[in-house]
Amino acid sequence: MWVFIVSEIMFFTGLIGSYIVLRLGSAGWPRPGEVLNTALLGINTVVLITSSLTMALALNAAEADRPRASGKFLLATALLGCTFLAIKIYDYAHMVHQGFTISSSLFGSCYYLLTGFHALHVLSGVIVVLYLLAASRVALSSTVVGRIEYSGLYWHFIDVVWVILFAILCLV
Amino acid sequence: MGLGLEGKMNPTDTPPSFLRRRLFSTNHKVIAVLYLLTGIFWLAFGGLMTLLIRWQLAYPWQPIPLIGRFLFPESGGAVTPEAYPMLFTMHGGIMVFFAITPILLGALGNYTIPLEVGARDMAFPRLNMLSYWFLVVGSLILLVSFFVPGGAAGFGWTIYAPLSSSTEVTPGWGQDLFILGLALDAVSILMGGINYITTILKLRAPGLSLRRLPLTQWGLFFSAVLNTLWLPIVAAALFMVLCDRRLGTAFFVAGPLAPRAGGQVLLFQHLFWGFGHPEVYILILPVWGLVGDLLSVFSRKPAFGYKATVLSMLTITILSGVVWGHHMFTSGMNPLVGKAFMFLTIAVSVPTAIFFFNWLATLWRGSIRLTVPLLFALGIVYVFAVGGLTGLFLALQTFDVYVHDTYFVVGHFHYTLAASVLFGAFAFIYTWFPKIFGRQMDEQMGRLHFWLSFVLLNMVFSVMMFVGLHGHMRRIADATAYEFLKPIQPLNVFLGWAVLGLVASQILFFYNFFHSLKGGKPAPANPWEAGSLAWTVSSPPPWHNYEVIPQVWCGPHEYGAPGLTDRDWISQADPRAKTLGES
Amino acid sequence: MDHLFRVAFGLTGVAFLAVVFILGFCLIRFRSHPGHRPLYTHGDSRLAISLTVGFAILIFLAIDVNLAIHDHWAWREAWGSPPDPALALKIEIMPEQFAWNIRYAGMDGRFRTGDDVTTINQLYVPVNRPVIVQLSSKDVIHSFFLPNLRVKMDAVPGLVTSLYFQATKTGTYDIACAEHCGFGHYRMRGFLNVLSEEEFGAWLAQEGREGPQDANWGWDWKER
Repeated sequence: MWVFIVSEIMFFTGLIGSYIVLRLGSAGWPRPGEVLNTALLGINTVVLITSSLTMALALNAAEADRPRASGKFLLATALLGCTFLAIKIYDYAHMVHQGFTISSSLFGSCYYLLTGFHALHVLSGVIVVLYLLAASRVALSSTVVGRIEYSGLYWHFIDVVWVILFAILCLV
Repeated sequence: MGLGLEGKMNPTDTPPSFLRRRLFSTNHKVIAVLYLLTGIFWLAFGGLMTLLIRWQLAYPWQPIPLIGRFLFPESGGAVTPEAYPMLFTMHGGIMVFFAITPILLGALGNYTIPLEVGARDMAFPRLNMLSYWFLVVGSLILLVSFFVPGGAAGFGWTIYAPLSSSTEVTPGWGQDLFILGLALDAVSILMGGINYITTILKLRAPGLSLRRLPLTQWGLFFSAVLNTLWLPIVAAALFMVLCDRRLGTAFFVAGPLAPRAGGQVLLFQHLFWGFGHPEVYILILPVWGLVGDLLSVFSRKPAFGYKATVLSMLTITILSGVVWGHHMFTSGMNPLVGKAFMFLTIAVSVPTAIFFFNWLATLWRGSIRLTVPLLFALGIVYVFAVGGLTGLFLALQTFDVYVHDTYFVVGHFHYTLAASVLFGAFAFIYTWFPKIFGRQMDEQMGRLHFWLSFVLLNMVFSVMMFVGLHGHMRRIADATAYEFLKPIQPLNVFLGWAVLGLVASQILFFYNFFHSLKGGKPAPANPWEAGSLAWTVSSPPPWHNYEVIPQVWCGPHEYGAPGLTDRDWISQADPRAKTLGES
Repeated sequence: MDHLFRVAFGLTGVAFLAVVFILGFCLIRFRSHPGHRPLYTHGDSRLAISLTVGFAILIFLAIDVNLAIHDHWAWREAWGSPPDPALALKIEIMPEQFAWNIRYAGMDGRFRTGDDVTTINQLYVPVNRPVIVQLSSKDVIHSFFLPNLRVKMDAVPGLVTSLYFQATKTGTYDIACAEHCGFGHYRMRGFLNVLSEEEFGAWLAQEGREGPQDANWGWDWKER
């Protein structure tokens, strides 16, 4: 799993690195908050960080062999993930409505590329969590606990990537 | 592992039904054979394409005899200017990603890793199967791309933007399919890499410390590390190219062609070569390991300087990530930066020289058995010496200004990437064929195949370097268009025939391979008298390799140890190794 | 550059011959025969390790450092002294698929002034006078290659790159594109016409008289 995370990190390094190079190399980059809805994306950050917390709690409960609590926290994680995606979709729709699309400016291209790939990762994360939820309902075996642990790792990784993206897209 | 996969690896499991067993299997040996066959298919495909390329260069715009009318009906059988870039693009892409990679990583890695580390299967068998099927889908997409309107991709396998990223200059969907196929292949290799690393680190048999791992597995390990690090970078770049092509972004387009300002053309080259140079080592590292093991087995001596070899591999793995700039000396790079890249690049010669030192020292005072696998291993030593040393020329910034993008480069990377790696693939197949299929390949035919390939291959690639020194640009369809290239046109004709000979001599290999599948002599468990774990099981191995996971007592290269009386080798799983005192 | 090539060729030649010689020697001398027992060593003795390290240092000094120094000298010889911009001829080249657009500053020595002279695929330069070329590209990457003078520089859209050269013999030579730029890459040929100083002056004056030519491309020439 660590190996997988490392290669995922390199993937986002490639994307973020390109973003930095493109940004440094071009004049007239929009100032923070000028285009993006920072408040909305800020809420999303909070949502995702909270979901990391519930994921950690789910693992905690699973390791303590409390399937009901673990299931509840997994469900919360998945719901928070869905909330994130829903806000994301609303954000995209709103932006496109305002004329800010993937081909309208270089910043737009970067924004949709980076957040789009991140959203795909969140989506796959949600699917994994839902699968774990179903599996832990059947039986909370040591295998399932192991899987919750590794998925948690992945979930935290997605979270960290988002925080970095939020910082470089909206704040700096 | 915590992933619940061990339970599925019960040695008493009976092999499942035919379809599950052959095509949709999670068994590493079946997947390896599928990889091997897929790779051989593409190897033949890409090899035959060279005939068209060399025909065009030897006899520009002449109709191709016999097959021309079917391939290029609209031009009366001659290669067209539009078709030529497709030929060399697809040749490069196919050979690197769909022929060599599946054979050397897919087949060699999948087959040998679990056997040599004493495991019943890969760490993630289902991921392994998924990895193969990504390759299949990628392959199919590549095949389809030949038949879409506008034809297959024609921007060169290096996919340089903006030629690749602007649909104004490369409109066809074949181009998108090529990138998509490559991206799927990248995902496939990535999954394989994760599997290899985990298997080597986690599933080694008791007693098999990392210092007792055969060198081939070390090579595969470093190669997988490079893959997981750098492939995602190029995957990101490929997705950005696709966005540029179809979603109207402009990451890699600049100048008058760009829909808007801000794109950076050279960024793509940095991303591509950031992966592209490690890719060379990804392919060659397993070959180096294989050569080390084979020289040891067939000179009946322990591999000389095992630790130094592994350390050199590690050094190259690290260095490979910081030399990509030597592909871009003529792109307007600051000469000082160029100097840094140059120095890092030629520094690769130090670990490489240690390989040669250790290989030759392994042979020294050995008892050499000149078998077909050893012939290919020695062939690799020779062609890699040529390829590595000519690499020094290209690394020199000043010299590169002249030979950059000429046939000197083409000759050089064919020596390293085609000759060395291809010989590596053959060495692998000739060595492991008895183990994989339980039958032996024909020895005499193998020798003939080696000598014909060796002589012709050297003729082809050294003449390529020579015309390159004369200034012959790569990727041009017709050298006779230039005054300064007219004197060397006879060499292009010579190359055409030499390549025909080289391709034709591979028929020997194909015949030998497919004929021996059924008609070869039955192979014993250990035909080469090798010491590593894989050769302790029957040929072909049982469905789950090991009834009992073996206990390992010594390194993989214990040949001719004093104290051995009945034979000159001892298996890693032989408890008598305890008394040898060594390692 | 010739010297650099000879040095590199000599060094690699020696290394190559050494490998082949030892390989051949081992194959003949140490072939397996009955009763022969090979030497048993892992090559991890103190002697072997110091030999390996010594060998690595030897390679590093004799080949790597040596070549780097020679490359430095060759670079200085070839590109070390940029020509005086006041004396050199300045040319802007803007390739496109599949032709070389070439532009001269005209008699006033300044670009984009209305008397610029433009040609397609025909580059005229005076003999024995340094020439500074600045390159960009209209569409994809091309590479400006003068095989007879052994110089090459990529033309990258969105960037301006430069190179300089000096022709020493009059005559007509090839210009080639060295970077794959599409299906017409092979026929993206130009001609380098090296004229005597008088002929060149006459040509430029003649072209300039044919009326102001205004090309819709070009950039503000900057000394680089």
